[in-house]
Amino acid sequence: MITLEHIYWLTGLMMAGVAIVNARDRTNPRRFNNTAFWGIYAVTFLAGSWLPDIVSGFLVIAMVLVASIRGLGQGKKEGATREELETSARKWGNKLFIPALTIPLVTVLGTFIFKKITINGFPLVDVKQVTVISLAIATLIALSVGMAMLKPPLLAPIKEARRLLDAVGWAAVLPQMLAALGALFAIAGVGNVVTGLAERWIPLDNAFVVVVTYGIGMAVFTMIMGNAFAAFPVMTAGIGLPLIVQRFGGDPTIMAAIGMLSGFCGTLMTPMAANFNIVPTALLELPDENAVIKVQIPTALMLLAANILLMYFLVFRH
Amino acid sequence: MLTLVGIVIVVIGFVLRINPLLVVTVAGLATGIASGLNPLEVVAAFGKAFITSRYVAIVWLVLPVIGLLEHAGLKERARAVVAGLRAATTSRVLLVYFTIRQITAALGLTSLGGHAQMVRPLIAPMAEGAAENQYGELPESVRHKIRAHTAAVDNIALFFGEDIFIAIGSILLIRGFLEQNGILVEPTQLAIWAIPTAICAFVIHCARLLLLDRSLRADISRLRE
Repeated sequence: MITLEHIYWLTGLMMAGVAIVNARDRTNPRRFNNTAFWGIYAVTFLAGSWLPDIVSGFLVIAMVLVASIRGLGQGKKEGATREELETSARKWGNKLFIPALTIPLVTVLGTFIFKKITINGFPLVDVKQVTVISLAIATLIALSVGMAMLKPPLLAPIKEARRLLDAVGWAAVLPQMLAALGALFAIAGVGNVVTGLAERWIPLDNAFVVVVTYGIGMAVFTMIMGNAFAAFPVMTAGIGLPLIVQRFGGDPTIMAAIGMLSGFCGTLMTPMAANFNIVPTALLELPDENAVIKVQIPTALMLLAANILLMYFLVFRH
Repeated sequence: MLTLVGIVIVVIGFVLRINPLLVVTVAGLATGIASGLNPLEVVAAFGKAFITSRYVAIVWLVLPVIGLLEHAGLKERARAVVAGLRAATTSRVLLVYFTIRQITAALGLTSLGGHAQMVRPLIAPMAEGAAENQYGELPESVRHKIRAHTAAVDNIALFFGEDIFIAIGSILLIRGFLEQNGILVEPTQLAIWAIPTAICAFVIHCARLLLLDRSLRADISRLRE
C-alpha cells in the first residue's frame, strides 16, 4: 500500500537533491548555508517518523538558525533569456500544456480511482490521504510525460527544482512552522484565554452584539492562529454555543457554517496563513511579501460584514 | 495572560520584519515555557508538531516538472495564447479563472488550482499577457499588481467554493465538533448554508475584478507620464 510515508521519502529525496546541487554551485556565495538548510529538511522527511521528538525539535531549530542568522543565497541565474524562451515556446506550442495540465487532472481523477483499486484485498493507496498521494503520483506522471517530450538532460528536473525552491527560499518551510506554532498554542490553551477576555469586556446581552462578536472573533482569532480550523472550536465553545444557540435560540447549523466562513475572511488577511498569502509572493517573485494580503483585504472586510449580516438575519429565523 | 506572550512576539516580529521563521520559533518556545513546560519538553513538542505537519510541504513535488516546462517556455506560451485572443483583458482572464475555480472547488475538485501548479506557470502569465496585448511592455509595478491579484483570485475562489462540498475538511470538523457538544447536524445542511456566503464572495470579488482593468490603465498612464 502506498502511504503518506512513501510520499515523504520522495519529498526527502528531492530536498536532498536540491541540497547537493546547491553544494556544487560555486556561483552562490552562501551555497553551504543552502545545503545545510535543505539537507536538514531532507532528513526530517526521510527519517522524521523514526527520530525522537527532541531530535526533530533541534533539527528544526538548526534550520531556523541557518536561515535567519546565516542567511540563504541564490546561485547566478543560468542561461535562458526571454528570446530563447519565446523561441522554445514557439517550437513546442500548445504541447507544453499537456504535462502542466496532467498534474491537476490526474490528481482529481486519482482521488476517485485510487480509492477503488485494491491488490489482494488491500487498497493500493492509504484512502485517508488519497488527495495528497494523488497529487504526488500526478507530479511523477507529469514529470515522465515532460521528460519523454522535451528529452532534457537527466539531472535537469532536480536543477530546475533547485532554481525554483531557492527562489521561494525559507518561505517554503513557513507554513509547516506555523502549523507547529498552532499546536503549541493549543497545548498552552491560548484560545481559552482569548475567549475569556472577550467575555469579560464585551456586553453580550444583545443578540446582534453577540453575532458581531462571534463573526469578528472568528476572523481575528483566525488571523492570530493562521487557520480557521484552530479558531472554530475555541470561538464556538466560548461564544457561539452558549450565547447564540443556548441563550438566544439560534440555529447551530447556520451559525457554524457562516462562522467558519467568517474565519476564512480572517485567513485572507494574515501573514500567518503563509501557504496562501506569503508563499505565492515568493513564487511570483513579488518584492512586497504582503502584496497578496493587501489585494485581499477589501474583499475580506466586505465579505466579513456580509457574513455577519447573513448570520444575524438567518440564524434566528424559525 | 502570560500564555499570550507568543501572540505578542508574532505581532512585533511581523511589524519589525524580522525573519518569520525565527519569529515563529521564538514565539512557539516562549508560549510553551509560559504554559509551564520545561525547555526540552517545548523543543520536543515543537519538533513533533513540525514532523506531523509535513503534509503541507508535499506540494513542492510539483517543482521539478514545472521548472522543466518553464525552461522550455511554458509561461511564454501561456502569454502567447492569450495574446491571440483579442477580447482578453486582465479582468476577463481573472473573472474566468475565478468562476472555474469556485465552481470546481464547490464540486470537491479543490486540487484543480494552486499557486505552484496553476498560478505561477499558467494563470499569472495569461493575466499579464492580456495586459501586454493592450498596453505593450508593462511597468514592473503593474506586473506585480497583476500577479498579486492572480494569487488572490485563487485563494478567494477556493475558500468560498470548497465549503459547498460536503466532504471537505472544514465541514467534517464542524460536524465532529458539534457532535461532541451533543448537536447532530447533517453535512448537506452545513453545505447549503455556505451557499449565501459563496454568492456574496462571487459578487464582491468579481465586482472588484471588473474595476481592475480601469485601475491598471490609470496606473500605466500615470507611470508613463
